[in-house]
Amino acid sequence: MSRRLEGLLEASATRHPDRTAVVDPSTGRSVSYAEFAALSAGVAEALRAAGVGPGDRVGVSGKSIATLAAIFGAMRAGAAYVPVDVSAPAARSAAILADCAVRAVVAPRELSAKLAAELGIPDEPRDPLPALAGLGPQLVLTAGPGAGAPADLGGEDRNLAYVLYTSGSTGKPKGVMHTHASALAFVDWCAEAFRPTPEDRFSSHAPFHFDLSILDIYVPLMHGSTLVLIPDELGKQPTGLAALIAEERISVWYSTPSILTLLVEFGRLERYEFPALRIVNFAGEVFPVGNLRRLQASWSHPRYLNLYGPTETNVCTFCEVPGRVPDERSDPYPIGVPCSGDRCRVVDGTTDVARGEEGELVVAGGSVMVGYWNDPAKTDAVFFEQHGDRWYRTGDVVREDESGAYVFLGRRDRMIKRRGYRIEPGEIEAALHRHPEVVEAAVLGRTDAAGKVVITAHLACRTEPLSVIALKRWCSENLPLYMIPDRFSFHDALPKTSTDKVDYQMLKGLA
Amino acid sequence: MGQTVEAIKSYILAEFLAGERPDALDENTPLISGGILDSISTLKLVAHLEETYGVEFQAHEVSADHLDTLGDIARIVESKVAAK
Repeated sequence: MSRRLEGLLEASATRHPDRTAVVDPSTGRSVSYAEFAALSAGVAEALRAAGVGPGDRVGVSGKSIATLAAIFGAMRAGAAYVPVDVSAPAARSAAILADCAVRAVVAPRELSAKLAAELGIPDEPRDPLPALAGLGPQLVLTAGPGAGAPADLGGEDRNLAYVLYTSGSTGKPKGVMHTHASALAFVDWCAEAFRPTPEDRFSSHAPFHFDLSILDIYVPLMHGSTLVLIPDELGKQPTGLAALIAEERISVWYSTPSILTLLVEFGRLERYEFPALRIVNFAGEVFPVGNLRRLQASWSHPRYLNLYGPTETNVCTFCEVPGRVPDERSDPYPIGVPCSGDRCRVVDGTTDVARGEEGELVVAGGSVMVGYWNDPAKTDAVFFEQHGDRWYRTGDVVREDESGAYVFLGRRDRMIKRRGYRIEPGEIEAALHRHPEVVEAAVLGRTDAAGKVVITAHLACRTEPLSVIALKRWCSENLPLYMIPDRFSFHDALPKTSTDKVDYQMLKGLA
Repeated sequence: MGQTVEAIKSYILAEFLAGERPDALDENTPLISGGILDSISTLKLVAHLEETYGVEFQAHEVSADHLDTLGDIARIVESKVAAK
């Protein structure tokens, strides 16, 4: 039988039943491997009783020991889990759960009521497991929009582990499908690169709908290490976060560079000691070397690894960064060399460019996704077959340096990365177009001199320019928070190209 | 109160609401829950307040519960200044 993610937990529960599997510093609660495996089995049982089985999907939300038990419970019941953002507008989360027709949802009570209202299905919450009480905000189990579907679709769906939704250029988020095998290709590489032991304590900073969580959840639980949950609210408070890293004796850290920069700037790191910290992983965006150097002035002893890979590939390249960035260096570090058993090429179209030339990075191998949920056209558009392999187009423009490492240069399309989150300007434009006063909207991202990503929305409105405050509020009700534009620029009409399309090049010049 | 509100209002308009009419921002405008201050902007604001008023914020105070409106912000700053 092929390996599955929940099997990692079961194996650790056998080997290390009494070791601490998960700690939640916000509630002070922790569970041993034996307890956590039992909780997951209990949730699996409740899900089965609700009709969930192999080939289904289960929506999950929140960030607590209970949520983690729901994730493992879903997989144990044979289903794939679909994590949704607690803080995103309920309409967006509901659209995601409807898109992949989840059979059940396990979410905090308040959210599940909103989701049921959005989805137009009866809100009949059940307690998934009395034993989850006190392990985070109370979770309830409700039927999902796919509850009436025939059981067990069979085939590929049975191997799906999770579906992670990312921003889509037409305004509709797209679901990245990973199998147990594609997740394990990456998790196994982590085991080799980090050599975790049961003494390790891993941070779990990223929310579960963000793909950094794959390392956070599965690598520690595979090795009998401890996973330290960091609730979303605390994750954004640098002073509290610095204290937590020290007090919880985190040994393997993983986050976006933005969070590390916040820690350096506002975390008062000098007040604490971090002797346990041995690895600092970062991913999701470029880490400006100035900020990295300042971090290393406080944290001089750990290893630093830059991990790279879109959600579609898991981590497919990595670069070990020196513990002390040389003073004269100003360029960010490369994204590095292939890992997770993947192969990478730099191409123009489907033809390899000469070594050292710019081109698009394409990836093939075990950690690459199956495709986008229910969207064969989008899936076909990002893959091409060649030399017996299926190559995923990252859309990232890179070149190979003298050492054979890939250097990230930019994007082929308009996609923006902010704090590690992918943002398709088209999704923001679609939300702005829904505003009754907006006639035209064009959204652009740029990076300022300090390395900060600034998103500007150019608008033409029906009557007079709208209030910036009103627009920001509109966006906060229609978009995830990280997508809200920083600036709004008002025009009588947006500039057009000769083919009457919005002239983004000209708008770029205006910003 | 008035003076503190005005000073903080000018800072927020300049830093986070470029192009907005000053009279559109009042003491009750929701800043964090209204999508104006994201987590990083909130930290920048707090760093600015700590520097300007010589006060220190606790981690739990940096949240929408304590800093969602100009009125909230001015109140917490003034109580910290008074307690110095």
